[in-house]
Amino acid sequence: MNDALDVAVRLLIVFGLFLVLPLVVGQTEHKVMAHMQGRLGPMYAGGFHGWAQLVADGVKFAQKEDVVPKDADRRVFQIAPAVALLPYLLVLLAIPIGPSEGAVGQVVDAGIFFVLAVMGVGVLGSLMAGWASANKFSLLGGLRTAAQLLAYELPMLLAAASVAMAAGTVSLPGILNAFEWWWLPWQIVGAIVFFVAGLAELQRPPFDMPVADSEIIFGAYTEYTGLRFALFLLAEYAGIVVLCGLTTVLFLGGWHGPFGADGLGWVWTLLKTAVLAFVVIWLRVTYPRLREDQLQKLAWTTLVPLALAQIALTGIVKVAIQ
Amino acid sequence: MILAAQAAAETPGFLSPSGVEIVFLLVGLVTLGAAVVTVTTRQLVHAALWLVVALGGLAVEYLLLTAEFIAWVQVLIYVGSVVVLLLFGLMLTKAPIGRSPDADSGNRPVALGVALAAAAALVWVVVDAFRTTWIDLDGAVQGSTEVTGATLFKHWVLPFEALSVLLLAALVGAIVLSRKKEQER
Repeated sequence: MNDALDVAVRLLIVFGLFLVLPLVVGQTEHKVMAHMQGRLGPMYAGGFHGWAQLVADGVKFAQKEDVVPKDADRRVFQIAPAVALLPYLLVLLAIPIGPSEGAVGQVVDAGIFFVLAVMGVGVLGSLMAGWASANKFSLLGGLRTAAQLLAYELPMLLAAASVAMAAGTVSLPGILNAFEWWWLPWQIVGAIVFFVAGLAELQRPPFDMPVADSEIIFGAYTEYTGLRFALFLLAEYAGIVVLCGLTTVLFLGGWHGPFGADGLGWVWTLLKTAVLAFVVIWLRVTYPRLREDQLQKLAWTTLVPLALAQIALTGIVKVAIQ
Repeated sequence: MILAAQAAAETPGFLSPSGVEIVFLLVGLVTLGAAVVTVTTRQLVHAALWLVVALGGLAVEYLLLTAEFIAWVQVLIYVGSVVVLLLFGLMLTKAPIGRSPDADSGNRPVALGVALAAAAALVWVVVDAFRTTWIDLDGAVQGSTEVTGATLFKHWVLPFEALSVLLLAALVGAIVLSRKKEQER
């Protein structure tokens, strides 16, 4: 009974984080973008600096009519948002935020493979949406999504493999236990490759070609309204949380910090994740969108060779220190 | 894995199956059903999506056999990459929403025969190989990443390397083929 209760509490906590953190990132994006552009951003909803803006948005989305285009493939069209969103919930389960046994939703033996595999599944949601909408803009968005995923999955995997080699384990808590501070300069190239490839997988600017609003309206999500559209947006922000959390755990030492790692480990994890999420927003405001050919070129001629070089470096250092 | 499920059902203990065995069989049935729909549906993209269900079901079967590493690799490679590639190809071909009347070919009976023969051979091999083998769930983990890695690089290094060279050859071949076209233009 105690075990069942334990599992239930963990699931509830992870689910709560899954609902809260993306909203926090979304609200931060509103405010940070606004201030970077010399605006105020939302100021009214909820009173204090518009903190309840996204809650209000959620209520608005829930009230809207749920439209399915006449020519669309109804079933596929309707389950696509769930396919896009649920994988991130599963990934969040496996990310450890603190040093103790209890600070992770579920310890997965092959953690890196689990998170990368499940994150890849989320993209199927965009593809399903793009195809099932019976809309040429959606189809173009779906095509671009697929091309982008195929290009960026490889460098992401290679960068993650480099960390796994360094730690000698593929379990996420195991990697954190093996972490030393000098891994930071050692794995920095892999970290950048991983983060950039992750951004591209999430279709965040400057890699938002699949949803480029000035060309193809909103890509695969063009035909979506109401709650289903909100789910796609939530998936994007949950993706940011997951990507930043993963980068923190794999490359930035997760709960390790200059001091207080025993009791305050989870604070370090959340802090590093928050800083990375800020960088994600910052990049959105700073960089113009990459063209499709530039996207492919960046992945195949820059990120993949860099990731391979990082793996070679990891191997050499690993052999040298043994 | 369906085959393994049947193999498991034929072993002496099948009158008092454990919960895991029942789940294994049920997931096996779902996987088989999804696989059959994949090859019989006339909606091309639906076939690809049912393939996702079938491959995901296989991954669950691996998990139930305690082969965690293999299960996630299955999801990563097949669901995450191969199916995405398939869908990408289908979208380029203007796969219609609804039925494709020309999706059937005259080779149906031959394909059925080949499929049945392959299934029979696989069932025979799996049943023959694992007749009385049971996974001890309470004992040491047999399918963890560590065990899989150790087995692969201790006992199966030669096949592993041979496969690597084969894949490398395929990769180089693909590059050569695509470059040639560029020069002809």
